[in-house]
Amino acid sequence: MAYDKFNILTSSAVPLPLENVDTDQIIPARFLKATERKGFGDNLFRDWRYNGDDSLKEDFVLNNPIYKGQILVGGKNFGSGSSREHAAWAVYDYGFRCVVSSFFADIFKNNCLNIGVLPVQVSPEFLKQIFDAVYEDANAEIEVNLPEQAITIKSTGAQESFDINSYKKQNMLNGFDDIDYLQNIKGEIETFANGLML
Amino acid sequence: MSKSLFDKVWDSHVVRKIEDGPDVFFIDRHFIHEVTSPVAFLGLKNRGLNVMYPERTFATADHNTPTINQHLPVEDPLSANQLKALEDNSKEHGISHWGLGHEKNGIVHVVGPENGITFPGATIVCGDSHTSTHGAFGAIAFGIGTSEVEMVLSTQCIMQPKPKKMRINVNGALGKGVTPKDVALFIISKLTTSGATGYFVEYAGDVFENMTMEGRMTVCNLSIEMGARGGMIAPDDTTFEYLKDKPLSPKGDKWDEAVAYWKTLKTDADTVFDKELTFASSEIEPMITYGTNPGMGIGISNNIPSAEAVEGGVATYKKSLEYMGYGENDTMIGKKIDYVFLGSCTNGRIEDFRAFASIVKGKQKADHVTAWLVPGSHEVEDKIKEEGLLDIITDAGFVLRQPGCSACLAMNDDKVPAGKYAVSTSNRNFEGRQGPGSRTLLASPLVAAAAAVTGVVTDPRDLL
Repeated sequence: MAYDKFNILTSSAVPLPLENVDTDQIIPARFLKATERKGFGDNLFRDWRYNGDDSLKEDFVLNNPIYKGQILVGGKNFGSGSSREHAAWAVYDYGFRCVVSSFFADIFKNNCLNIGVLPVQVSPEFLKQIFDAVYEDANAEIEVNLPEQAITIKSTGAQESFDINSYKKQNMLNGFDDIDYLQNIKGEIETFANGLML
Repeated sequence: MSKSLFDKVWDSHVVRKIEDGPDVFFIDRHFIHEVTSPVAFLGLKNRGLNVMYPERTFATADHNTPTINQHLPVEDPLSANQLKALEDNSKEHGISHWGLGHEKNGIVHVVGPENGITFPGATIVCGDSHTSTHGAFGAIAFGIGTSEVEMVLSTQCIMQPKPKKMRINVNGALGKGVTPKDVALFIISKLTTSGATGYFVEYAGDVFENMTMEGRMTVCNLSIEMGARGGMIAPDDTTFEYLKDKPLSPKGDKWDEAVAYWKTLKTDADTVFDKELTFASSEIEPMITYGTNPGMGIGISNNIPSAEAVEGGVATYKKSLEYMGYGENDTMIGKKIDYVFLGSCTNGRIEDFRAFASIVKGKQKADHVTAWLVPGSHEVEDKIKEEGLLDIITDAGFVLRQPGCSACLAMNDDKVPAGKYAVSTSNRNFEGRQGPGSRTLLASPLVAAAAAVTGVVTDPRDLL
C-alpha cells in the first residue's frame, strides 16, 4: 500500500546504543500471528520492555518518559535476522518514521524503505555524536532532510550526508511504492516470462 | 567479460534496469507460508489485484503448526486463523497448497528441494530469510518482506539493487565429527553476523564440492546469519542426481535441455569478486555457540573469549554473556543443558537424523533433558521410519514429533522455558528466540546428540 510521504523530519530521538539488535528483539515471533497489519507497535521490543508478568522493565529506554520522538537511534548492524516485515511495521506503528544506525541488515533496511520508514546510515563517529547529544539533552533535536540527504544535530550543528538511491528517494518523497511501478510494466514482464525455459 | 555464477543467474533475470535504482528482477519460484503472506493477500484485495502466475507460487504451512496431534484442530485460535487464511488465499488464487495434514507438508525449505520445485539457475524468494537454503542448487534464493511477497504475487517481480559478490573458499578434508553445520558456524564466527551484509556469497572449494546436497543446503541456509542476502554453490553431478526424478523436476527432453543449461552455471576462471576469503578445513572442529547471535561460536574444545578479544562493543558482549549466564574464559565442555532440539530448515533432513541416531544408538537420553526431535517434512518422517532410525531413537528414550518449524522460532507450543539451556540444531540463538528467556546453544546434530545423552555439552568425537 502507498504510504506517508517523507520530506524533512525534525524530532527528538530515542537512543538504543546496542549492537546487533535483531528482529526477534524488535518483534518476537510469538507476536507474528495477525492476519492484518495492526497493533504491532504494542509489542515493539516486547521482551526488553516488559517482564514475564507484563510489568514494565523500568530501565529500558522506551519506558523512560524523558526519551521520545519519531527517530530511533540504534547501534551497528541494526535489524539483523529474520525477513519479517513485522519488525518494520512495529517500528512504524510505535510512531518512528526514521531509524538511524551506523550499519543496517539488508532485509530490514529494504522492508523499512518499502513501508515508508527511512533508514539513515551514518558513520560510527556521527552515530556517537548523536548519542552524546541525546544523552546530554533528551530533547535534543535531530533534523533528517531527505531532499538534501542530510542529517543534522540541531544543538551542535554537526551534519552528515547519507545515501539513498534516487528511485527510492523519489518513492519516499511521493509516498509511492514498488507495486505502483511494477503494475505499469506488466506487459514487459509477460514478454520476459514467455521467454523462460522453466 | 567473465562472469560469476551469481552474475549469470542474476543478469538473466533482469526485466528492466533503473538508473541509480534497483533492477526489476523476475522470480521463477515463490514459496509462501502462513505467517508472512496474509497481509500481502490483503494488499492485493485492497488494490483489486490478481496473482499473475499462480503456478509459480507454492504454499506450505510450517511456522506455527503444532508438532504433535496434527490430526486434531489447532488449539491456538490465532495460529488456526493464519492457517485458514493461507488455505483460503491459496484456493481463491489457484495456488498449490500443502497445508497441515497434507502428505507433502513440511518446512518450506525442506519440501521445496525434495519435490524438485527448486532448480539450478532459478530465482527463488519467500517471506523467510532462510530461503537462502535453495542456493545449494545454484539458484539465487533469498528472503523478502511482506510488501515484496505482494509484488511477487501481483507481478512475479521485485525491485532489487544487485548485491556485491563474495566468494568463500574452503579446501581440504573435514575432520572426524565435523559436519556442514560446523563449517557454516565456523565461517560465521570469522565474519560476524554483519560480515557479509550487502553481498551474495558463492561457496567454492572441495569441502563444498564433496558435500551432499543436504550438507550444501545447511551451509547455504546459514548464509543469512553472516548478513549475506544468500549463498550459492555451483550445480554439479551431485545436484543433478538429487533432482532427477523428483516429482516436479523437468522430465524427458526437458530434463536433458535443462541439465545442458545448468552445466554452464559456473563461475568463469578469471572472475574477480568484490571480496574473497579462504579458509582451511583443518581449522574447523565441531562448533558450538555461547552467546546471543550466530557469530558467537567457538570450536567446542575452546574457551569463551574475553570481551577484549572480540570485535565490537564490550557492553553488548557483556550483556550477551550475562543473558546466557556464562563468564568470559569459561570452557563450554561440561556445561549443563536442559533441552535438545533436532530439526528446522537448517538441520531437519534425513542425514541429520542419521547423524543423531549414530550417536544415541545403544545409549539413553539423560534423564533431565527434554528432547524435541522434529523432522523437516513428512517425507523425512517416512524415511526415519523406513530406515529403522525410529527404533534406534525410541530405544534410546526419544520421541519423534511431527514436521514443522517448531522450537526454532517457538511460534507454536514448543517453547524452551526462561533460563533453560537448549542445544539446538537450528539457526538463531537470539535472546528469547526459542521462548521468552530461553538460552540457545547452536550446534550440529552430532553435538546435539552428544548433549542429549550426557546432559552436558560434550565433544561428539568422544562418542563416535
